Amino acid sequence: MTETTFTETEARALTILADMIVPASDEYGVPGAGDPAIMDNILADAERHRARIIAALSALDDIARKEHGAVFTDLDPAQRDSVAETFRAAHAAGADLIANLTVQGYYRDDRVMTSLGMEPRPPHPKGYEVEQGDWSLLDPVRQREAFYRETE
Amino acid sequence: MPEDPIVDVLIIGAGASGAAMAWSLADTRMHIVCLEQGGLMNPLEYPSTGRDWEARAQGDMSISPNQRNLPSDYPINEDDSPIKVANFNGVGGGTVLYAGHYPRFHPSDFRVKSLDGVADDWPIDYDDLAPYYGENDRMTGVAGLAGDPAYPRDNAHRLPPLPLGKSGQILAKGFNKLDWHWWPSDTAIITEDYDGRAKCINLGACGSGCAQGAKGSADVTYWPHALRAGVELRTRCRVREITVGEDGMATGAIYYDGNGDEQEVKAHVVVMACNGIGTPRLLLNSKSEQFPDGLANSSGLVGKNLMFHPYTSIMGVFEEETDGYAGPHKAIRSQQFYETDADRGYVRGYTMEIQRGHAPVRTALSGFRNGRIPWGADHHTAFRRLYNCMAGMVAVCEDLPEEHNRVTLDPDLMDGNGIPAPKISYTLSDNSRKMMDHAVARASEILTAAGAVDILSEAPIPWGGWHLMGTARMGSDPERSVVNEWGRSHDVKNLFIVDGSIFVTSAGVNPTSTIQALALYVADQMKSRLANLFD
Repeated sequence: MTETTFTETEARALTILADMIVPASDEYGVPGAGDPAIMDNILADAERHRARIIAALSALDDIARKEHGAVFTDLDPAQRDSVAETFRAAHAAGADLIANLTVQGYYRDDRVMTSLGMEPRPPHPKGYEVEQGDWSLLDPVRQREAFYRETE
Repeated sequence: MPEDPIVDVLIIGAGASGAAMAWSLADTRMHIVCLEQGGLMNPLEYPSTGRDWEARAQGDMSISPNQRNLPSDYPINEDDSPIKVANFNGVGGGTVLYAGHYPRFHPSDFRVKSLDGVADDWPIDYDDLAPYYGENDRMTGVAGLAGDPAYPRDNAHRLPPLPLGKSGQILAKGFNKLDWHWWPSDTAIITEDYDGRAKCINLGACGSGCAQGAKGSADVTYWPHALRAGVELRTRCRVREITVGEDGMATGAIYYDGNGDEQEVKAHVVVMACNGIGTPRLLLNSKSEQFPDGLANSSGLVGKNLMFHPYTSIMGVFEEETDGYAGPHKAIRSQQFYETDADRGYVRGYTMEIQRGHAPVRTALSGFRNGRIPWGADHHTAFRRLYNCMAGMVAVCEDLPEEHNRVTLDPDLMDGNGIPAPKISYTLSDNSRKMMDHAVARASEILTAAGAVDILSEAPIPWGGWHLMGTARMGSDPERSVVNEWGRSHDVKNLFIVDGSIFVTSAGVNPTSTIQALALYVADQMKSRLANLFD
């Protein structure tokens, strides 16, 4: 794992949440978002949102303590699900940010991109092919009279 | 002979309008200096060169200055607006991140009051700008197709249109079933090598900077020519205020250089090109004894009449494959509902711009927002239902000027140099809401006709404040406008404004080609009046 300024507990909470948002799938042969390599992406991207992330995780722990008497990382999976549901309803902005960072980190992983039929590479410099298409579709529009509004 | 310490023309802002103005004035051989608060862009550092490109498009290359939070950015208090500001601060300005959709205004857009009894007419018309639209297209490199029945005939030089692709074909069939207008978009993206730039290779990341240089951002179109012609561009220089003399004329500007040191530049003429937020901010920050309410503000209209285009997004899910994110976002447009029709219950209209599809992260986020993709085990199946199967459109709705929509100075918020930041106060009008509802309904008909099995819509797009207009409007009446019909301040006769601030109305199209055509028009007006420019 690359260096992060998040504490071990904060990183663990984000890993659990990432796996809850995008779990592993045998059907599609893809890891969950809590996979170590993917979490490296997520934690790196999360740095610029550090204050908001920490506030969101603090709110998550507050809900966990209130509902189950323990912090989020100490709960069992069923308890985490119920806490996450409350968290999403009460702290939508924080939950959206974490979900956003999760998919940003997830969908650039080689294994995930390959499973979607993508080449695991950035767009530049190779680019992509886009077919020209059937321009005869424009023929009926070419027959239209001008219909812009006259000003005189 | 020593160089005159007073520059002839000081341009503030190196974006779309500042670049066009600098290039046009360069042939006068005057000493022209442009101050830009951001840096010179390096396309090879744009997000599409890396695997994390979608993350960076929401990070350091986000369209939101508050999200980017770079040293070159200033914060904006937008708590009091349902539409958040999109901009970019650097050489090229907002064109670095724009999609390159490049339609012109219609003739009717300059005559809104006469035709529809709302807002005001412009003091100029389509024919005044037509030659400058053509010159601007030539400088920028525009792909498209002549003969659109929604427009007057023109003789613009166009490169071949962008490919229709799978998405364009799907949607064209939908339009044709309803017998509704569509046409290849005029787009500032070159489809053939042009002016030393390489053609588009369909990176699909236009909105976070074009690493190929095929998109006509002002840093790769006008600026190379302007610099070769001798214009002096000073980057990382943030202007704090325009200075004035005892005679009430502008004398130059005070700015902070890249080291944060205060500097002053003196100028015979000052041109503001800072966009519809930055220009009123700077004018309001330029208070003095002569101008206690801000510079050029005797009308009280500086900062007022802020217009965005309320954008709506209407995306369909298809059972066949679309282009996904490959290729420029825009392929075709429709102006079936552009001109006013009283039966629709609102005035003015909108352009539909086709969206080819979304990249993976944007697909997932759209699915989250619209309740189509859940958290948990069903994520993958739901995601694959949308990925590479979406295509649709946005509607660019005309916004009408209202004085209560405005830019003021925030009493507390400041940028990194301690300069007061702008505050936006904006509400959607009833007319805009009706127009957006109409757009969502008509777009849904098109998508259904095209075979969509699911439709996701959002109105307005909350982060979609790309177009910043109206906050220093032009007009012939000094009590009802900030600049005259050729861009000169009514109050300060050596102060000009050339960005979207001077728009009287917003039309229902992307504004960049009109902003740049206006800048070229104002530059020509200045050149033709040099002997009596300040009379």
